[in-house]
Amino acid sequence: MIHLQHIERIFLVGDEEVHALSDVSMTASDGEYIAIMGPSGSGKSSLLNIIGLLDRPDNGSYELDGIKVSELDEQQQAEIRRHKIGFVFQFFHLVPRLTAFDNIALPLMLSGIKQEERQVRVTAALAAFGLSNRAGHRPDQLSGGQRQRVAIARATIMQPSVILADEPTGNLDRSSGIEVAEILEELNRQGITLIMVTHDPDLGRRARRQILMVDGRIEHDK
Amino acid sequence: MQVNDFLRYTINGVRAQRLRSFLTALGIGVGIGAVVLLTSLGEGLHHFILAEFSQFGTNLIAINPGKVTTHGISGALVSNVRPLTIEDTESLKKLPQILDTVSVVQGNAAIEAGSHQRRTTIYGVDASASRVWKFAVATGRFLPDDPPRAARSFAILGSKVRQELFGSTQALGMRVRIGGELFRVIGTMESKGQLLGFDLDDAVYIPASKALALFNRESLMEIDLLHSTNSSSSVVAEQVRKVLAGRHGSEDFTITTQEKMLDVLGGVLGTLTIAVGALGGISLLVGGVGILTIMSIAVNERTGEIGLLRALGVGRNQILALFLGEAVVLAAIGGLAGLGLGVGGSWFVSLLVPALPSHTSWGYVVSAELLAAFVGLVAGVLPARRAARMHPVEALRTE
Repeated sequence: MIHLQHIERIFLVGDEEVHALSDVSMTASDGEYIAIMGPSGSGKSSLLNIIGLLDRPDNGSYELDGIKVSELDEQQQAEIRRHKIGFVFQFFHLVPRLTAFDNIALPLMLSGIKQEERQVRVTAALAAFGLSNRAGHRPDQLSGGQRQRVAIARATIMQPSVILADEPTGNLDRSSGIEVAEILEELNRQGITLIMVTHDPDLGRRARRQILMVDGRIEHDK
Repeated sequence: MQVNDFLRYTINGVRAQRLRSFLTALGIGVGIGAVVLLTSLGEGLHHFILAEFSQFGTNLIAINPGKVTTHGISGALVSNVRPLTIEDTESLKKLPQILDTVSVVQGNAAIEAGSHQRRTTIYGVDASASRVWKFAVATGRFLPDDPPRAARSFAILGSKVRQELFGSTQALGMRVRIGGELFRVIGTMESKGQLLGFDLDDAVYIPASKALALFNRESLMEIDLLHSTNSSSSVVAEQVRKVLAGRHGSEDFTITTQEKMLDVLGGVLGTLTIAVGALGGISLLVGGVGILTIMSIAVNERTGEIGLLRALGVGRNQILALFLGEAVVLAAIGGLAGLGLGVGGSWFVSLLVPALPSHTSWGYVVSAELLAAFVGLVAGVLPARRAARMHPVEALRTE
């Protein structure tokens, strides 16, 4: 359950204040599938960063699964990110020197989970995403679609309640894009809240709920 | 995050840029190598010189005429200095802690044996000299324990003098002429080698009273005392000072204890070792700057990774630790290589120049490795802090 109230985010560009988000309120129930759309600079990425606790609002409150996360300190927010939120990026953000296996295992390793358990969970994830024969490959040996599947496997390995995807198909060809979208939707069907930022109208239309943002405000929510 | 995972991740980061990491580590390696090599040579020199000096024993006290004071003129130049005499030596011998005494007169004179002649150093000493100075006799015997003022004309030859004058023929019992006077050779010394350029073997030993007459002197040049090891040399020196000052009416002599001399010498040599070590430390500093540079570049290149780690729930402190860890690993690898360079280098030097002593002490080796890690830590602080302070959104935007 995501609950945003009167969120403001102001950036200083030179000596000019830019309202990336002004008075944004929204609620997302568990298991929702939301597409945040809008032109460049409309604040959709800023909103996603606030939801993902990568950025702090200048004003307003944010509650995630009943926790007032906007009041937590940096370390506590990091804990929330680790356990509740999975990120999928446009440019995949895989660590180039690590294999697909190690990239997926990264969140488990960072939270101190033992080698044996990592082995079991990552092997299962590789199989689930059709990557079993790619476990030992580094990102530069994988296709775009495979890279994004590795990234999604990594985002879900900690069993988060929310997946935040920022243009997840923006860097993929059409068929890989559809494939990735289907994987994300499958995860959503299993109960994970999926929030996706995109300016691809075809992708946006697949979501059950679409939020249109213009100039830092929610223009449209259906 | 578990410790072995932390290490694996940081080492992985170092290994990802093999050539670059190698060159950076090499910088530290050369620095540590220089520190280890130079301190090894310094320590070796230290041990060597101390061993050279302490071969005469550490419970020695030397008394020289004249008091070195801060008046600007040495007391020896002032006419009212009473000479050190054989009687002074005899009176000191009565002190309970004094085991042995040697009156010393030294000079240069020609020594003739048959058709051979040679100028050499003549030491006028007592029978006790071979015990006090730990000189061993090779053949025959040392000077007999004659009454100091009525010693017989016997001479003991240093090994080099013996070789030069008599070659392979028998020297014992032969007569030699020293400064025109006849002496009988009753012993020859074992070879002692050189001490700071003085050839200890190019010397002849005769009784002190004979030497005084030979060189037409009244005063001894030095009195050496051997004291028992269970009383401290400063206490003994104080008693010696009282006795002599009583006899002379004032303190017109200088007492030097071997222990103090070795202390001073050890201090000087220790400082020397640290100084050359510090010289090597300069190259270590340069290596540290290398790590700083490379880690800054690494942080720049891996901005995206830093953003990702933050998104995966890594806190600022952990980011700091990861990059510090990488800098320390880099430096520690360099340090290990440097230890190899240094130890191997000093081994190689001792092969090439066997006379140059080198001594690698484990204390220096361990502290050099710790120093390398510390340099890495310090050099890593700035880049690691920059990594930790990055805003995750900004960091993720760079790709």
